[in-house]
Amino acid sequence: MSKTETGSPEKKGKWTRRAFIGAGVVAGSALVVGVAVRQGNPVNRLNPLLANGKDERLLNAWVKVDADNIVTAVIPHVEMGQGVYTALAQMLADEMDADWNRVRILEAPADMQYVSDSIARDFLAPDLEVPALFEPTVAGGILELAQAMGLQFTGGSYSVRATGQRAMRTAGAAAREMLVAAAASEWQVPAGEISTANSMITHARSGSSAPFSQFALAAAEQSLPARPTLKTPDKYTIMGQPKARHDIPEKVDGSAIFGIDANVPGMKYAAVKAPPVIGATVESMDASTAKTMPGVLQILNMGDFVAVVADGYWQAQQALSSIDTKYSKTEGDGLDQEAIFARYASHLDDAGEDGGDSETEEGDVAKGFADAAVKVEAEYKVPFLAHAAMEPMNCTAWVRDGKCDVWSGHQAPVKARQAAADAAGLPFEDVTYHNAYLGGGFGRRAQGDYIAMATRIAKATGYPVKMIWSREEDTAQDFYRPSATSRFRGGLDKDGRLVSWDNIHTHLFDPKDAPTVPYYKIASHKIRKVEVPMQLRFGPWRSVDHSQHGFFIESFVDELAHAAGKDGYAFRRELLADSPRHLKVLDTAAKMSGWDTPLPDKHGRGIALVPSFGSIVAQVAEVDMSGSKPKVTKVYVAADPGFVINPDGFTAQMESAIAYGLTAALYGDITLASGKVQQSNFHDYPMLRMGEMPAIEVALINGDHQHLGGGGEPGLPPIAPAVTNAIFAATGKRIRELPLAKHDFA
Amino acid sequence: MIKLNVNGQAKAVEVDPATPILWVVRENLGMTGTKFGCGIAQCGACTVHLDGKPVRSCSTPISVAEGKSITTIEGIAGEDGTLHRVQQAWIEAQVPQCGYCQSGQIMTATALLAKNPNPTDAQIDAAMAGNVCRCGMYNRIRQAIKAAAGQPVTKETVA
Repeated sequence: MSKTETGSPEKKGKWTRRAFIGAGVVAGSALVVGVAVRQGNPVNRLNPLLANGKDERLLNAWVKVDADNIVTAVIPHVEMGQGVYTALAQMLADEMDADWNRVRILEAPADMQYVSDSIARDFLAPDLEVPALFEPTVAGGILELAQAMGLQFTGGSYSVRATGQRAMRTAGAAAREMLVAAAASEWQVPAGEISTANSMITHARSGSSAPFSQFALAAAEQSLPARPTLKTPDKYTIMGQPKARHDIPEKVDGSAIFGIDANVPGMKYAAVKAPPVIGATVESMDASTAKTMPGVLQILNMGDFVAVVADGYWQAQQALSSIDTKYSKTEGDGLDQEAIFARYASHLDDAGEDGGDSETEEGDVAKGFADAAVKVEAEYKVPFLAHAAMEPMNCTAWVRDGKCDVWSGHQAPVKARQAAADAAGLPFEDVTYHNAYLGGGFGRRAQGDYIAMATRIAKATGYPVKMIWSREEDTAQDFYRPSATSRFRGGLDKDGRLVSWDNIHTHLFDPKDAPTVPYYKIASHKIRKVEVPMQLRFGPWRSVDHSQHGFFIESFVDELAHAAGKDGYAFRRELLADSPRHLKVLDTAAKMSGWDTPLPDKHGRGIALVPSFGSIVAQVAEVDMSGSKPKVTKVYVAADPGFVINPDGFTAQMESAIAYGLTAALYGDITLASGKVQQSNFHDYPMLRMGEMPAIEVALINGDHQHLGGGGEPGLPPIAPAVTNAIFAATGKRIRELPLAKHDFA
Repeated sequence: MIKLNVNGQAKAVEVDPATPILWVVRENLGMTGTKFGCGIAQCGACTVHLDGKPVRSCSTPISVAEGKSITTIEGIAGEDGTLHRVQQAWIEAQVPQCGYCQSGQIMTATALLAKNPNPTDAQIDAAMAGNVCRCGMYNRIRQAIKAAAGQPVTKETVA
């Protein structure tokens, strides 16, 4: 992130006005006025979409002010529980000096103008972590690339640290400066004498005071500040505060509308089933019974899936289950999970000590091993995982008269709109995409498959259709977190210091730095990968590759500590000698946990530290191994995301990531048999339940307010290794393969 | 025609008696606060009350509800719109994240407190065991239940 910011810390040095307008409009906070008064500019075009009262003034593409002095923050991200509406609004409102109690939130329409330029910018910086949902193919103009990739995207823990830090804050500061300039002009006083607070503009010396709304129109006549001045943390009044989430009240009374709740007059319901082996097609189907069943309207063989459309969803499901379908043969038909792991092993064997694709190498690893007093080797394995969002995939579509409307919950609304356009065979402009709350995203709702399916069904029927996947389809037709195998060799010198590190693993998707450990001081290291076909389609899953490599790395570090005769915490402290921020996070977690205090018999403590998505997180887990399976009783968390915009929201993300990661560590295991995913629903793909949830304490550290890290994902990677390291401490049993349900602890 | 009482109002629907309550409520009655999660009574997202008892509406046919009272998430606030104390506690504890499972969580929690106004942790665990929250807000759910029960909330159970 730092790479695009130069100059004075609180100014967007390189963000010239031209960059704003040319690169983003959008990101553009560019706002505004200068732009707004010109014919054909984006703000004019967006105005009818966003300003719905005649007294409303759209100050720029991110903020509007209405006649009642309500400031509305236009949020170019989607809400899937991470609290992004509130956190981003806090960032805009604080810079604008808006009255928080009079701030409203509006999700941006699925329009190219809201393509996340800030994400695209990071995308082009090769040394930064980026969301590689979309493979970059060509370098090009940032906006062009962003638009081509459909990046109005929410994921990669990016909203606050990229859009918030670059666009929302700048937009708020620019809007404030324009309001002040308008007031200065009207009152004939120097702008520098004017102050703003609580959506009011005040000139103390003359006693003049007015609400923002009074100058909203005049502000739109002001020229755009090229470099609006941003606040320093000592001036924050809304950022850093645990503001209540805006979306919560409607989530406790049943009124929140999720994608599955779309209500289109005259809509019918579709149940679908795709071939259980990915890549197969529907060869034939016998729907003779289904045709006669009540409520059934249409039975569609779509080639890659079968759909039944009926008056009600249950009717559609019943009819679908009566259809006898034959599928084509594929290469994956005979494949099972053991064969996939065997394939990983043979590729790793072939790569040997020097093969594979080098990711990073430093120092003389061969010499390091030759000189090492102690050598440690280990191999770790993790399985495929499904996302299992609570809301199964669904989408409602209506294709008629050369137009298409689509209703769903998606992490990239512009991408969803494009997927619908492609499926309907219509231009992008003729598709309207309506986004709703997401009943969990976790990366699954970044895929366009379910949008395209519903649109194709609707195109075939001509009337509006709500397609809902069964839980079984949702489990069997996911884009899975890849299974992976990772092998390590480590060398310790006679004093137990880590001098060499050799890692080779299967698969690398994103972020590219997930297998690397630059924060640990190791004299020599090399990290390599081998690409191995996986059969199952894969996609980002909360924390993406950090979910695998966090477990691999922090397990191996613990093994090295043990081989060195040192405690896991003390050993990591040595490794972090040159990484003071990381060390502080580690120390904080250890201190909270009372690391050196004794625990009862068969209890253990484990520690792990994983930096990811710009945030550093350490966790200490306590486990009780006195029963037949591990019971995680407590997790202490220390996190440094640079600066915490909403402490309660960030804390909630730590809790959530621990629950999601602990579910995977304990149970998560998608396996293949004869090419088919064997799991189908929550009885065979179990979830963490209330009684299994550990107590959690979180400490937040503001270590660098200029470089923010993400919140949605970084809490996840440390939990699995913290727990398995704790199991080792309690039992002496080293866990090298997840999930824990595979192991016998009796 | 099946006659129903939903949230205190008389309703009549023309559906197959085997249709699960969930789909009747969502599609025939247009109340979408009750959610579909798994279809096999494994996740609790579809929880409603049948004569005050929590049931999984995805797996309970509408015929069972004839002559009984169905209460959904839309029906637990006061007539003047005042939220149920459990809903209020949910807001105070900032429980929901994605929010999808929360109707079911709240319906299970209100049924628990109606039966047992002062539940222990073990009783909360047992009552709530059938409700999955993929955002993992279990500690906040526990905190909200305790607060709604008038119990002190200790830091040990929350973040």
